[in-house]
Amino acid sequence: MSNAVAHAEVHGHAEHHTALQHHFETMQQQKEASTLGMWVFLLTEVLFFGGLFMAYLLYRTWYFEAFAEASRTIAIAPGAINTAVLIGSSLTMALGVRAAQTNQRTATVRWLIATIFLGLVFLGVKVYEYADKFEHHHVPGANFISESPWAAQEQIFFSLYFTMTGLHALHMIVGVAIMSVITWMAAKGRFDEHYYTPVEMAGLYWHFVDLVWIYLFPLLYLVERHN
Amino acid sequence: MSGHVSPKSLYYSIFGALMVLTAITVFAAYVNLGNLNAPVALAIATFKATLVVLFFMHVKYSSRLTKLVVATSLFFLVILLGEMMMDYASRGMGVVLPALQ
Amino acid sequence: MLDTLKLPERHYLNNGHGLKSWLLTKDHKRIAIMYLISISAMFLLGGLFAAAVRVELMTPEGDLFLADNYNKMFTMHGVVMVFFFLIPSTPAVLGNFLIPPMIGAKDLAFPRINLLSLYIFWVGAAFFFYALFAGGVDTGWTFYTPFSSFASNTNVVPTALGAFISGFSSILTGLNFIVTIHRMRAPGLTWFRLPLFVWAHYATSLIQVLGTPVVAITIIMVFVERAFGFGIFDPTRGGDPVLFQHLFWFYSHPAVYIMILPAMGVISEVVSTFSRKTIFGYSFVAFSSLAIAVFGFIVWAHHMFVAGISTYSAMVFSFLSFSVAIPSAVKTFNWAATLYKGAISFETPMLYAYGFFGLFLIGGLTGLFLATLGVDVHVHDTYFVVAHFHYIMVGGAIMGYLGGLHFWWPKLVGRMYSEFLSRISAILVFVGFNLTFFPQFILGYMGMPRRYHAYPDEFQVLNIMSSAGAGVLGIGYLLPVIYFLWSLKYGEVAGPNPWGASGLEWQIPSPPPTENFKEQPVVHGEPYEYTPHVAREANLV
Repeated sequence: MSNAVAHAEVHGHAEHHTALQHHFETMQQQKEASTLGMWVFLLTEVLFFGGLFMAYLLYRTWYFEAFAEASRTIAIAPGAINTAVLIGSSLTMALGVRAAQTNQRTATVRWLIATIFLGLVFLGVKVYEYADKFEHHHVPGANFISESPWAAQEQIFFSLYFTMTGLHALHMIVGVAIMSVITWMAAKGRFDEHYYTPVEMAGLYWHFVDLVWIYLFPLLYLVERHN
Repeated sequence: MSGHVSPKSLYYSIFGALMVLTAITVFAAYVNLGNLNAPVALAIATFKATLVVLFFMHVKYSSRLTKLVVATSLFFLVILLGEMMMDYASRGMGVVLPALQ
Repeated sequence: MLDTLKLPERHYLNNGHGLKSWLLTKDHKRIAIMYLISISAMFLLGGLFAAAVRVELMTPEGDLFLADNYNKMFTMHGVVMVFFFLIPSTPAVLGNFLIPPMIGAKDLAFPRINLLSLYIFWVGAAFFFYALFAGGVDTGWTFYTPFSSFASNTNVVPTALGAFISGFSSILTGLNFIVTIHRMRAPGLTWFRLPLFVWAHYATSLIQVLGTPVVAITIIMVFVERAFGFGIFDPTRGGDPVLFQHLFWFYSHPAVYIMILPAMGVISEVVSTFSRKTIFGYSFVAFSSLAIAVFGFIVWAHHMFVAGISTYSAMVFSFLSFSVAIPSAVKTFNWAATLYKGAISFETPMLYAYGFFGLFLIGGLTGLFLATLGVDVHVHDTYFVVAHFHYIMVGGAIMGYLGGLHFWWPKLVGRMYSEFLSRISAILVFVGFNLTFFPQFILGYMGMPRRYHAYPDEFQVLNIMSSAGAGVLGIGYLLPVIYFLWSLKYGEVAGPNPWGASGLEWQIPSPPPTENFKEQPVVHGEPYEYTPHVAREANLV
């Protein structure tokens, strides 16, 4: 006897999926609500990061030389690698959602684990990059050291660098935590072709975090490299 | 009930395109395009973002309401950036002030 | 013919007892009640800070508080009233309670997120209380840099974090309302059959989700500057303190529409009920709510005319600020047209609506004076501004909130309050309010600066009038606590529809059952159908 039927017998009313919450009338309504909710949340995130992009836009306009010089001190390779890693994780995420949509439990779990793994690689590279900055006294504040005539404004660049990438990394950490829960749920067989909304929603969040990085990479690492 | 299922080949193609565009972004940074370096980098980033939004996030196959939410977020972001820069574009550049003694 | 009304046997208040059943509830109605208690406590706290300010200002000398401590009084008054009272107020209490029944739903789209929103509010308030007990904060509720990010030696970080955290409570409420209104309307309930209260909250929610994240990131920027020594607004590193003001006001101006729109939604409901008439120009009022939300986002720098922005952009913002007054004016005309040839009466909710009309009118018109660039140069940072925004936020938003509380109290608790005491309270509030704040227009015009604890002798008479008014206002606000609490046990049983009002919420029992509706309703008619039949059903004829 399927879970859905047993559930209906306990409730004594028309059969419905186990995952239907009772303030909704149908699974379709529940899915549409979840989807709209996640997209509205992502809208708030656009405005959230938007404030930082605004500050960046202003100060890059004002202090382009300082930004260019400071950006040149950041190694491109880890940034480029991380960009590839994150895009790869979006691929694995999309394939994971697709596997859930087509009711392939093992494939779903595998793709989600791959996504988590790539996310952790990203974070590991970030740790390496941050440690490097610490060593070179590029963290703004009392310990900041720079020989450049634009040392003061370079601090603004690095303040934005750390705040933007730090906030992004925080979002990645939360994303990895969410993915872990979703992976566990998938492994337990909670999803099927009629109900995979949590996987899809987590995927939307994950792709959004990738989107932010797609802009951060050229803006922070590639200000002016053609000298 | 289920949503639109994209073929795996689509996802791999988008991934490939994104990797190529990333490489182009890096190479373009080493070419002196004068004032165009920044617009080119941002244009490529925006194209990449569009691919992610339309295909990885399924917006191409989503409801009108979803598309409206995406458009709304961009609209207000443009207001934030644009109207604020209107002020800065119409006054002088920044200065470093000496610290108070 | 009057049947003896009885309370329903089973309703949301007695469905489950004990602290756990409340703290872990998913019922939007219980969450609304917990918000009611929480924000009432915060209102009392904010009122105490206001009392401190008004007592100091009774004498021209700064003789009650040192200047730094006076700064803390008005700062904490503003922080509490804006972030912990006004922003949640009508949406978190009345919106939470009423939106699901008004649209024929059993609950909001995300009940657990609703509860999370309440928890987050409490955590934000806890941060504020920590800051309060650790010695307060003196930057002004506006946290301008570089004073807040660098120079102030008070508890900026915990206060700012408290505001930051409470912002997420606001965002989640807005998100919940948007999804609920889009996806959970009963069959037949098209957008243009929705009560205007719902339209108002939809517009409010748009502002909450679009604006709050910007002030959130701005607070983060101040935080990293204070906590880590980063430099984003630091002028000695080339930073622009005015950038903070831009980012801060990008939210904080739309925030004032978060405060007024829900109150306008209440007014639409109250005015139609107590005129026994449908709202004049329904679709104009609905679209005006959306217009206020959208236009509210493009005018923020009218708070910064003298801060150092360019003259060009000041002119643009001044012009745009005139435009945002238009939809508000449309609504005011439509309410007036609703009253015209209606069967109007003077129950307490309607008294608050009448008060709202006068006070919001004055507040709104003086907003136009402030939007006028040339005038603002003279009255910016004077008591003229203080009077203007109190007319809107207290004379407008709080009157709307109290009117709504009085209108829907029978639905919330199933009992009526004392109409006599409530009318006295409404009159005291109206008189006290005008006595407090009208003199401040004059004081500001004469040049008395805001945020000063001392002033020239010639301003004393008006200041004493203002402080006296504050005392009357305080009494007016305390009375409802007494008669509302009294009504819980001794109030006359209200029945489902004591006012004979239209709307789905009036067709379910008072208090409602946890699931609101036994069966999902199907809507056929237009909103605000005031007919003799409805009046007879409510024993009004």
